Amino acid sequence: MTNHWVDFKNSDVILIMGSNPASNHPVSFKWIQEAIDKRGAKLICVDPRFTQSAAKSHLYAPLRSGTDIAFLGGMIKYILDNNLYFEEYVKQYTNASFLVNPAFKLPGDNKGVFSGMKDGKYDKATWTYQAGGGGVISKDPTLRNPNCVFQLLKKQYARYTPEVVSKITGTPQDKLLEVYKLYASTGKPDRAGVELYAMGWTQHTVGVQNIRAMCIIQLLLGNMGVAGGGVAAMRGESNVQGSTDHGLLFHIWPGYLSTPKASLTTLKDYNEKETPTTKEAKSLNWWKNKPKYVASFLRSTYGKGVSLDEAYALMPKIDDGSNLSWLQIFDQMYKGKFTGFFAWGMNPACSGAHSNKVRQALGKLDWMVNVNLFDNETGSFWRGPGMDPKTIKTEVFMLPCASSVEKEGSIANSSRLQQWRYKAVNPPGEALPDGDIMSEIFFKVKALYEKEGGPLKEAVTQLTWPYGTKTAAGHFHYEPRMVAAEINGFFLEDKKLENPTKKGEFKEFKKGDLVPTFAWLQDDGSTSSGCWVYCGSVTGDKGILPMRRVTKDPTGLGLCPEWAWSWPVNRRIIYNGASVDPTGKPWDPKRAVITWNGEKWVGDVPDGAGDPGSGRPPFIMKPDGVASLFGPGLADGPFPEHYEPLECPVEKNLLSPQKNNPAIKRFDKTGVGSDLDKYSGVDSCDPRFPFICSTYRISEHWQTGVLTRWCPWLAEMQPELWVEISQELAKERGFKNGERVVVKSARGEVEAVAIVTPRFKPFDIDGTTIHEVGIPWHFGWITSADRKYADGDKKPEVFTRGDAANLLTPTIGDANTMIPESKAFMVNVVKRG
Amino acid sequence: MDVSRRGFLKISGATLAASGIGISLKPVSAYAQPLKIQYAKETTTVCPYCSVGCSIIVSVRNGKVVNTEGDPDSPINKGSLCSKGGSIYQMAVNENRLTKPLYRAPNATEWKEVEWEWALERIAHLTKQSRDKSFKFRNDKGEVVNRTEGIASVGSAAMDLEECFTYQKFLRGLGLVYIEHQARI
Repeated sequence: MTNHWVDFKNSDVILIMGSNPASNHPVSFKWIQEAIDKRGAKLICVDPRFTQSAAKSHLYAPLRSGTDIAFLGGMIKYILDNNLYFEEYVKQYTNASFLVNPAFKLPGDNKGVFSGMKDGKYDKATWTYQAGGGGVISKDPTLRNPNCVFQLLKKQYARYTPEVVSKITGTPQDKLLEVYKLYASTGKPDRAGVELYAMGWTQHTVGVQNIRAMCIIQLLLGNMGVAGGGVAAMRGESNVQGSTDHGLLFHIWPGYLSTPKASLTTLKDYNEKETPTTKEAKSLNWWKNKPKYVASFLRSTYGKGVSLDEAYALMPKIDDGSNLSWLQIFDQMYKGKFTGFFAWGMNPACSGAHSNKVRQALGKLDWMVNVNLFDNETGSFWRGPGMDPKTIKTEVFMLPCASSVEKEGSIANSSRLQQWRYKAVNPPGEALPDGDIMSEIFFKVKALYEKEGGPLKEAVTQLTWPYGTKTAAGHFHYEPRMVAAEINGFFLEDKKLENPTKKGEFKEFKKGDLVPTFAWLQDDGSTSSGCWVYCGSVTGDKGILPMRRVTKDPTGLGLCPEWAWSWPVNRRIIYNGASVDPTGKPWDPKRAVITWNGEKWVGDVPDGAGDPGSGRPPFIMKPDGVASLFGPGLADGPFPEHYEPLECPVEKNLLSPQKNNPAIKRFDKTGVGSDLDKYSGVDSCDPRFPFICSTYRISEHWQTGVLTRWCPWLAEMQPELWVEISQELAKERGFKNGERVVVKSARGEVEAVAIVTPRFKPFDIDGTTIHEVGIPWHFGWITSADRKYADGDKKPEVFTRGDAANLLTPTIGDANTMIPESKAFMVNVVKRG
Repeated sequence: MDVSRRGFLKISGATLAASGIGISLKPVSAYAQPLKIQYAKETTTVCPYCSVGCSIIVSVRNGKVVNTEGDPDSPINKGSLCSKGGSIYQMAVNENRLTKPLYRAPNATEWKEVEWEWALERIAHLTKQSRDKSFKFRNDKGEVVNRTEGIASVGSAAMDLEECFTYQKFLRGLGLVYIEHQARI
């Protein structure tokens, strides 16, 4: 999230699209309601289903799953056609004026694809800017040049007329225009609008572009960086922000530093290739500091025992252009590529798209370690439905871990707020904190390498691990406070440094001192920091700042700067440098996030704001200092373009001859995936699977239900998988409310209770009636009554019924992230045979 | 961190008084509240479910969780919790929690309880074996890659930040490149 949960109260218009916070982030609604009650804010909900959030909104518009870009593209056109954009903001703080390479082509002029498409991949040679003397980007401040970003944006979305958009989305034209008008009303300096999304936007083959489309709207309306504005990515797990920050993904190290590619042989190569540069004189280009963060991370990994160059050499590298993400892992696993697998605090047998493939893949392993609170479908996969344990070779360890109240440590919520949790009780039985378990395994592996040797054993044996102590019993007790300090970072030697924010002022540090903020980190190996964005969270004098519980709110905006700690540098609203005009005056003085008091900025920790009048563009994480209306960094285009979901109910894309996102990876192609990777309705509609299906969540369960299905209060409230069906479809197919039906896709099937509601309505898509159904994904066989329970098996107090909705979902991912398209795929619903 | 009992009860009382139910619940609450958390030690935690970050007070008596409820001091949730957050008590007090390491041998038809030491030794041995067998110094192009190709990991947003950092260090130290978690799905 750019802003934070309490900040919803400062909004004038709140757009819920791609999420359902009333069900899935219920407490956030406290602040939406406050905006409605106290400010008279208006709430809009756009969703295929009339959700609980829709029920609370002033304006609801239905749309067919997977057509968000058409909907939002229409909004961009509306804003531009009616001059509702915030002109000064757009001119000063975005790349609207940049001149693009004249050879660049838009999909409207190029058969539905951007220039450079070849064999499913873009050559981005034309996605560049024109440059003048000294390499400075050529600009047209009047925004009239036909090659400037602003004019290209206009041209791109001129095709997205309400008539065409309505035919694609199924949203009635009057509703479209009502939403456009209301949301576009926030384009004035004294109005703010926020957008709330979740997996409803990410789980598509165009997921990143859904969000890009909204970012463009927010920039046109001047809603980025201001109180009550921003784009709110409402994440699904309490610490999924933190686990992302800490690089538990193939493509990033902690702090969003790219995983090194094989071609970058040395640290010098890495720094040269990965550190952005700019010719824009006034741009701060914050990422120019990357070598400092990389050096500090390497130090936190291998300490001073090895040189930085050696540490870089020890770290694993990925091949250039390779993708080792989720879908790829299970594809490789299914093909027998892995012998070992850790599923730590996860239940992929239910959470992975095409769970059948995942479950089959687990059987190809030699061994698997699953760490969890309860028995689950992953650890016990070998005895699941359709499995014959005697034929499954996988050796499995299911290790019991402590719950969140049985250990201490911190988590980062969606708004980057790091809050500390304390230990209340001991874990049950012999369960151990995750930190203890991984430390024990590490020390045992290390001892083996020290004793027996092995390939590049130094990579293991030189790893530093000052994270606790051995108890008298020989057990390693992991100490999170020591790790929190390591993540913050230390000076590794005495050092006298000039204050990075005050020229001429010097400060002396001693070896072992905590680094005050990331601005002080060094690229010469004299500092460590496990994750630079968290540098500043632990201080010498005030201790661990995420422990803070002061509720003061000096600005009245709900920033509460002394409640816990927020990365970066305790900033609560990022990009807030864009909340003031170039002379330093807040666009809206009534909602000032930062204010210049004559000497310095007060309010939130300023982001990118130079001294008033300095001319520094505020988006300092972008090399050129401004926000990107034109975004050439993505795999599938510098502007969002509507493409149909891979599995879809229509014959063609009404906007172009290109039906699906041309840059996605198709696992059904020869030599790519496996025999299990099947899709339906790709080239033309498949009558076997006529209905759109989307997975979703409910308040009473969490994720695969791996925890909540074992809690009787919750299981009692939501004991069974269902499929939500419109009254019209129920009538057409003769389904009764409450009867058990079977939902089938090209990949699998699940039994579910038919819930017939008016919340789904058939869509009129270009004159054809199309039905959509929905299915929650929190269920799994392990807590059901009809499975076999062996002696010693845990038996739930309240049984649930039904298996994973992901048995239905396709192995197709977004072109950039490879997040599976679980929000738009095709199914059939039939009576139980 | 402990929350002062006085401050806590004051806030609960104020909420009840303002609840506007016609009849006063005050004497009942004054009686019922202390009974439930009497002699209990309170610590704070943050809900492990969605990403709003609601604070929760955990009351413990004799080493057992006796109550969990929304923390009124949190500027985010101000004491409110949803159905899941309100059920944290059952995550701590739940006889179905795993309490012993379980082991399933190849082709076995059931779990077997094992000792931690044995399980960890065996995992360490298998990890080394898989790493040694699949370690790649150079890729097909001859570039140095120093990676373990035969082990993958998924997880975990369910861990604390400190554990996430430590876990990625553990995996990357072993040379893993197939590292993914909940953020990708």
